[in-house]
Amino acid sequence: MKPLSHLRLLEAESIHILRETLATCENPVLLYSIGKDSSVLLHLAQKAFHPARLPLPLLHVDTGWKFREMIAFRDRRAAEIGCDLIVHVNREGQAAGINPFDSGSRLHTDVMKTAALRQALDLHRFDAAIGGARRDEEKSRAKERIFSLRSAGHRWDPKNQRPEPWRRFNTRKRPGESFRVFPLSNWTEADVWDYVELEKIEVVPLYFAAKRPVVQRDGMLIMRDDERMALRPGEIVEHRNVRFRTLGCYPLTGAIESEATTLPQIIAEMRAARVSERQGRLIDHDGGGSMEQKKQEGYF
Amino acid sequence: METALADRPAAPSPVYAPRAADPALTRLRFLTCGSVDDGKSTLIGRLLHDAGLVPTDQLGTLHQDSRRYGTNGAALDFALLVDGLAAEREQGITIDVAYRYFATPRRAFIVADTPGHEQYTRNMATGASGAELAVILVDASKGILAQTRRHSFIAAILGIRHVVLAVNKMDLVGCDGAVFDTLENDYRDAVATLGFTSITAIPLSAREGDNVVQRSARMPWYHGPTLLDHLEQIDVVGDSPRGPGAFRLPVQWVNRPDARFRGYAGTIAAGIVRPGDAVRVLPGGRTSHVARIVTADGDLAEASAGQAITLTLTDEIDISRGDVICAVDDDVRTHDHIDALLLWTDDAPPRLADAYDIRLGTARASARISTVHHAVDIHSFTPHAVESLAANSIARVTLRLDRALPASPYTQDRELGGFILIDPLTHATVALGMVQPTEPEPARPAERRWRSFAKAVTWRITGSFDTFVLGWLITGRYDIAGGIAGAEMFTKIALFYLHERAWTSLSWGRVAPPSPPR
Repeated sequence: MKPLSHLRLLEAESIHILRETLATCENPVLLYSIGKDSSVLLHLAQKAFHPARLPLPLLHVDTGWKFREMIAFRDRRAAEIGCDLIVHVNREGQAAGINPFDSGSRLHTDVMKTAALRQALDLHRFDAAIGGARRDEEKSRAKERIFSLRSAGHRWDPKNQRPEPWRRFNTRKRPGESFRVFPLSNWTEADVWDYVELEKIEVVPLYFAAKRPVVQRDGMLIMRDDERMALRPGEIVEHRNVRFRTLGCYPLTGAIESEATTLPQIIAEMRAARVSERQGRLIDHDGGGSMEQKKQEGYF
Repeated sequence: METALADRPAAPSPVYAPRAADPALTRLRFLTCGSVDDGKSTLIGRLLHDAGLVPTDQLGTLHQDSRRYGTNGAALDFALLVDGLAAEREQGITIDVAYRYFATPRRAFIVADTPGHEQYTRNMATGASGAELAVILVDASKGILAQTRRHSFIAAILGIRHVVLAVNKMDLVGCDGAVFDTLENDYRDAVATLGFTSITAIPLSAREGDNVVQRSARMPWYHGPTLLDHLEQIDVVGDSPRGPGAFRLPVQWVNRPDARFRGYAGTIAAGIVRPGDAVRVLPGGRTSHVARIVTADGDLAEASAGQAITLTLTDEIDISRGDVICAVDDDVRTHDHIDALLLWTDDAPPRLADAYDIRLGTARASARISTVHHAVDIHSFTPHAVESLAANSIARVTLRLDRALPASPYTQDRELGGFILIDPLTHATVALGMVQPTEPEPARPAERRWRSFAKAVTWRITGSFDTFVLGWLITGRYDIAGGIAGAEMFTKIALFYLHERAWTSLSWGRVAPPSPPR
């Protein structure tokens, strides 16, 4: 009997977690943020529940500032799969004019992502939100359980997590409490790309290098995806060969200069990289424990 | 500080993640454990750093953090690479298990860095539950402490077979080989009864980097492998508790998209399954045959342990989550009494009158702790009598379930042998449990007096009838035969009763019942 490869072990574990969520929670939802991790998660969910149609809806918390290519990709994929897609926007935040340029990355994220996610979960009474976060992304994520309990106010209590041995998950919760479930907990960035290649999973073209209009700002290359990004004095739009290692709100996501236009080239570039994946994410640098703090407040 | 090892080669070139898709690439899951301040997090940080696996932006953050929180003067405090919670960084301790992932060209690793405080033992056990190897740290200047023993014991009962005794802070004892030898011998003596397959002792300094990735120039007397060498090379294949074993699938979810399809989804706990195989469903014991092994990549001709699949059967049987589909010749049985080792993780002692939620395999039931047999002393690893269970204590108990569940000893099957108990009031996970081989039914108890008496009476009626018939045949007289038989009836009832009680109390010539395996 041949032992399962590292990737097949990860795949089986994730499928197990997805099925466990569906079997033990009343109203689960799959958080879909359109990036490579979400693409892998969606692919695994299709596998886990095959031959059934995806038995849970997708939820995208839209800040209104995602790359246009991401939104187009999202709508096309949802239509192809034939699943329910819920798009939630924090209308109050939008009405108050919150945006990443004038409000700052911190407030924008708090209102348009964290508060918006809480609104959406409360509105639809979801008791389990499955997301594609991985423990290798960030130090406080490395500490999180696979079934991570949130209070009725969506708070995470990192100092008092339930033991989680083997594959035995404590899925008991009180009314109002909910779970964040992380089937990709044990995957690394390299595993995700290897699996994308192995399973031929489609990802947003922004991951591949192409000539794109970028502006140098605060030491990062920001792609000017639409006219809402006003140029500061001295800034010019250049067309450079760039791609993205992670995807978020376009004003908060740094591009990297690259010639990698194929999956093997992307994978080779990632293996040679000496900086971490989330380095290009502005919101991670809002202070030392900033991810932990955001997570405590309900951020994914 | 870095110059202490001047003749060590320059920092290695980055070790890139290998092709995970490479079928030859194996994976090792290990944990670091041991007492507070023995340097577990520092060791993991050092290992990642020296193997060239810390991205430069994280290294930049580490420089900042070391100045702010560091316990290492001006030098880098590698523990801050892993202690990811604000409370941990402020207090300089590890509260919860952190998982780190790295790969060298030889192996992929998942490491659980676990806390040393006794208060957080439950988090250590969480990290140990999936591991194949434990790196147990001891401080060379302190020697073997209570937590060293406790963590060794927990690692052993969770089924970890390989141990690295990382004798850390060798620089504090002048890199003295005699100190190392004494510590190694002490440790081997201390854990001799725990049944580890391999114990490898390595002298190192996590802070300074000796023998972690690079060989120490200060300990020329040590000829064994560095920590990374050992982790890359150790063979843990064949540690699977049950080998291939008979096929077992705990049903996780019933897939019924429409009336035409009814599939049983789950992860195979043991064995191999093929279409056409005869299977039995527990509880209940109904039998059927495997029709298809369904996956999104098409039907399979064969599936084995660890794979997440969906089975269909040839017969319509009522099967739900928590049931187990197994090979007809599998020896797994259902039990409503379970003997188990419990690691009690709650701060409050168990309420022995109340029921807890048990999660075993994919099944759930209600369980009461009917007997606490003994607790295990973490110094001597011997049983001692207790009334109740304190936080972080380990005890052997019997659980009484409200319904019989398929269960198997943990040493043979982690899926049907490992469970958690949940407090239905607080929803806290109050215990981790490992099913132990069930004690055989106690030998038939000695007979009660009335039973001996009843036997004496029935035997006497038979015997006296025989005496009467014989007496009548020999003497030809009813009255004499009746007299002998009548008198004998009373004297011999008494004699037989006394004779029976005498034999009951005598063990000579009895065969002892098989003693329960520990």
